[in-house]
Amino acid sequence: MSSTTDPRLAEAAPKKRAFHPSMLLYDQRYRSITIQIFALFLLMLGAAWLIDNVINNLRLLGRTFSFNFLWQSAGYDINQRPIEYNSQMTHGRAALVGFLNTIILAIMGCALATILGVLAGVLRLSSNWIVSRLVTIYVEIFRNIPTLIWILIFGAVMAESMPAPSTFRGDDPASSMLFDAIAITNRGVYIPAIMFTTELGVLPLGPISPSWNWVLILAVLVAGVFANKYLIAHATRVQNATGIRPKTWWKSILVLFGPVILIFIGLGAYLEYPELRGFNFAGGTHLRNSFLAMWLGLGIYTGAFIAEIVRGGILAISKGQTEAAFALGLQPGKTMRLVILPQALRVIIPPLISQYLNLTKNTSLGLAVGYMDLRSTLGGITINQTGRELEGMLLLMAVYLAISLTISGLMNVYNSRVKLKER
Amino acid sequence: MKKTVFVGALSAAAFSAGLAHAQTTLETVQNRGELICGSNTGQAGFGAPDANGVWQGFDVGFCRALAAAVLNDPNAVTFVPLTSQTRFSALASSEVDVLARNTTWTFVRDVDLNLTFVGTNYYDGQGFMVTRDLGVSSALELDGATVCIETGTTTELNLADYFRVNNMSYEPVPVDTAAEAQQQYLAGACDVYTTDVSALASSRAAFAEPGDHAILPEVISKEPLGPVVRHGDDQWADIVQWTLFALIAAEELGVTSANVEELKAGSNNPEINRLLGVEGGFGEMFGLDNEWAARAIAAVGNYGELFASTIGDQTPIGLARGLNAQWTQGGLLYAPPFR
Repeated sequence: MSSTTDPRLAEAAPKKRAFHPSMLLYDQRYRSITIQIFALFLLMLGAAWLIDNVINNLRLLGRTFSFNFLWQSAGYDINQRPIEYNSQMTHGRAALVGFLNTIILAIMGCALATILGVLAGVLRLSSNWIVSRLVTIYVEIFRNIPTLIWILIFGAVMAESMPAPSTFRGDDPASSMLFDAIAITNRGVYIPAIMFTTELGVLPLGPISPSWNWVLILAVLVAGVFANKYLIAHATRVQNATGIRPKTWWKSILVLFGPVILIFIGLGAYLEYPELRGFNFAGGTHLRNSFLAMWLGLGIYTGAFIAEIVRGGILAISKGQTEAAFALGLQPGKTMRLVILPQALRVIIPPLISQYLNLTKNTSLGLAVGYMDLRSTLGGITINQTGRELEGMLLLMAVYLAISLTISGLMNVYNSRVKLKER
Repeated sequence: MKKTVFVGALSAAAFSAGLAHAQTTLETVQNRGELICGSNTGQAGFGAPDANGVWQGFDVGFCRALAAAVLNDPNAVTFVPLTSQTRFSALASSEVDVLARNTTWTFVRDVDLNLTFVGTNYYDGQGFMVTRDLGVSSALELDGATVCIETGTTTELNLADYFRVNNMSYEPVPVDTAAEAQQQYLAGACDVYTTDVSALASSRAAFAEPGDHAILPEVISKEPLGPVVRHGDDQWADIVQWTLFALIAAEELGVTSANVEELKAGSNNPEINRLLGVEGGFGEMFGLDNEWAARAIAAVGNYGELFASTIGDQTPIGLARGLNAQWTQGGLLYAPPFR
């Protein structure tokens, strides 16, 4: 009967029809959107206020916003120079030197932290009481004292308690070099440097021009790693087909190191030893106090955190896995390497990424011991000499952001390779 | 309701931020009842807290004279310790009213950083300090040396230029503060400590064995040090500038902290009368009362008294007047006439 309507329908109809503004606040369907739009509006208002303030203040101070200072002559010297630099070059070049110093410290620091962290993490689970307690002491002491303090302590120990270069002088010197090759002084550690009699020139790559010799060595090394990978894959195929795994260890060593050694010999590589000349040692590679303090301070400190991450990762793997591996006759070392660690990596990698990021960002503490990283060159001396705080700080933020995002991107790629594949 | 309060607070903040800019530095200081003076992080003789935590020194004395002139109380000063790297940002952002902290007057700082250097209270130059047992007698023998240098200073740039011009190499050890530089130098982490000669003398006085350290004869730069204010507030710049000139002129005219009260009653020297506000009405021209200079001189003494009591040859710092003598004594101090 079309003339009579269902009372329930009559009740529902007006709800569909009318949209009242109060529903934005009282209707659950719209309320969350209202709140989000309102919050966004406030955020934009706040940002606009800040930006307006900056523009106004700059105008009041009579300052302009410009990055031209990057092309002006810097005027200051930098002690640790991975690329050619002198005081007549530009602020931009000085910033690049600082950037490379930051990268060098970050890579060396992450490597040290990873090695220490994995060792300490595994050893802390050792059944040997003394070993596990010693590692516990290391972890608890280092992760509970701020990294800046550790950096300053390492810096002070190097400067205060190592012998001065002048004590190496004379016929009966008070100090002598380790193996006649390494000099540990209060200005840093001098180690032998690898030099070549044949120079193949430099690879023209804009501001950073690496020597062809090292590019070649790096290329051969990478090629060796890939060849070794193929060798192992081949061995596995043979094993799957015949059940007998061919011996690969001597082939691996040959493939990995043979070509590199040949290149070193071909280019006439020799070691340049540090020797005392004038006030200081000359020749060799100079690891400055500032670098050593930063490297050890950051590496050992972050290593303590990584140790805990590794321990947590291993404990996350069920005991049954170890028992199953033992039941198959695997020795404890092989169980750890072949069964436990590959699974633990899935748990370890994500927190490890943030430790790498932390270490990289902590390199900006360099100024405390005079390490000339990006913060000290661009964010310190350049800003101070040119007075471009805003521009310098924005650039600094952009570079650190870019470095961090790159690390995090690379580690995420690695993480997606080791994580549990669900098909 | 809450939102209204928030928006209100926001607009109030914006409004007061606008107001703060409208106020002159003099009004800000007088309303606050206190002068905020950017000072050294600790340079004995120039600006450092003593055993009781009271700031003492040559630059500190200038701030006290300024506070006496503006606020009638030489102790109404808060000293903010600033490193070489933070000093200009602190001044530009109004964190301090005046910077009196061994700051060299240079073109870029004056013009590009928008600062106003009101004058020179100490004519200095950069020198080198070495330990005597190094056996070096000239800066030209320093090829290959390791040099401790404070970052963010003009001395850093002079050092680079000097070694470059003389075809010598060096290894810079950058440090953040004078205290850190001294520690590195005493530990032997650098052969040479370089900064302004006055600061070298001040550092050496604080060493356990000052006799073991020599300041080399070469002075490689001109370092006119003086108080600095922000660009754009000429009234405040004038007040700071003429307070400095008042101290210098007082020495020239023989006005001291001992006789200023007596001379304030009037003397037969018209220039002294104008300086001390007996005639001329100078103080009112920049918004103070006429006894501003008399108060400044009574608080810390004239330039010569201030110099003698903080860094002069009777103090552990032991600096001679040298370039900082009055022009009548063969020095460079020359206050424009109070006329």
